[in-house]
Amino acid sequence: MPVNPALQGRVFPPTAPYLVAREKIREFARAVFSDSPLSLDVSAARAAGYDDLVASPTFAVVVQESTLAQLLAEPDAGIDFSRVVHGDQRFSFSRPIVAGDELVATLTIAGVKSLGGHSMVTAQSDITDASGEHVVTATSTLVVRGDE
Amino acid sequence: MTALSIGDVIAERTFVLTRDSLVRYAGASGDFNPIHYRDDIARSVGLSGVLAHGMLTMGFAVQPVVDWIGDPARVLDYQVRFTRPVPVDATDGATVAVVAKIGALESGEVGPDQDGPDQDGPDQVGPDIARIDLTVTFDGSTVLGKAQVRVRLG
Repeated sequence: MPVNPALQGRVFPPTAPYLVAREKIREFARAVFSDSPLSLDVSAARAAGYDDLVASPTFAVVVQESTLAQLLAEPDAGIDFSRVVHGDQRFSFSRPIVAGDELVATLTIAGVKSLGGHSMVTAQSDITDASGEHVVTATSTLVVRGDE
Repeated sequence: MTALSIGDVIAERTFVLTRDSLVRYAGASGDFNPIHYRDDIARSVGLSGVLAHGMLTMGFAVQPVVDWIGDPARVLDYQVRFTRPVPVDATDGATVAVVAKIGALESGEVGPDQDGPDQDGPDQVGPDIARIDLTVTFDGSTVLGKAQVRVRLG
């Protein structure tokens, strides 16, 4: 089944708020081999002017993940997860994620293209904080392989 | 940070991934796709064996830049293309090398200061933003394409 071209432009409901925990920032930092004191040491983060630990740049993927789950669960999307390959990824920041943030992600399907039997879906997740201010946009291009 | 030139290598680091690294990243990120920890399942979908998560490679490849710039908050934008998988051998792991170079420097006014544009104080000027290009290789081949980090210098 091909990816439904009518997905293009679809905006999904905002995700439930994700509360960014200090220990999750530490756990993620260690998993990506970070030595940054701002991600590991609260006193270093506070000395640099932050309220709490600062997340590693790709931490937003943890919040983005629930939006990709929304996409894969969409009944008319036509996306078979076993055929999905991650093509590219981008994070565009207004500010870094800090422990204590309560983040909500809103998924927009920015593009659906067909290319040589495969489909390319551009999934843009806009992540905002509790006051509605933009924090980061996480954009993934998913390549959905066609029947072989 | 004043004498940067395009092509300067600002950071280099080698990362040794093991299966433990993949399990740790799976837990931290919530990506439990079994191709990242089970050889039998990886092989059943035509792979040679367990692969590193692309997002793990993206996640550590930026760390030399974070160390250089000193503050994750200076990262404005980070993008990569996943061009080649990184197989992680159960015994030997995988060694991935990252070289970070200045790809472009953007100078001049990037935004108003707190007093607003063209008011009493000077607006932000100077070498404000650098584009850092990452070369990420495993076994002699690049595994990420167009891996670029835009960072605020000032």
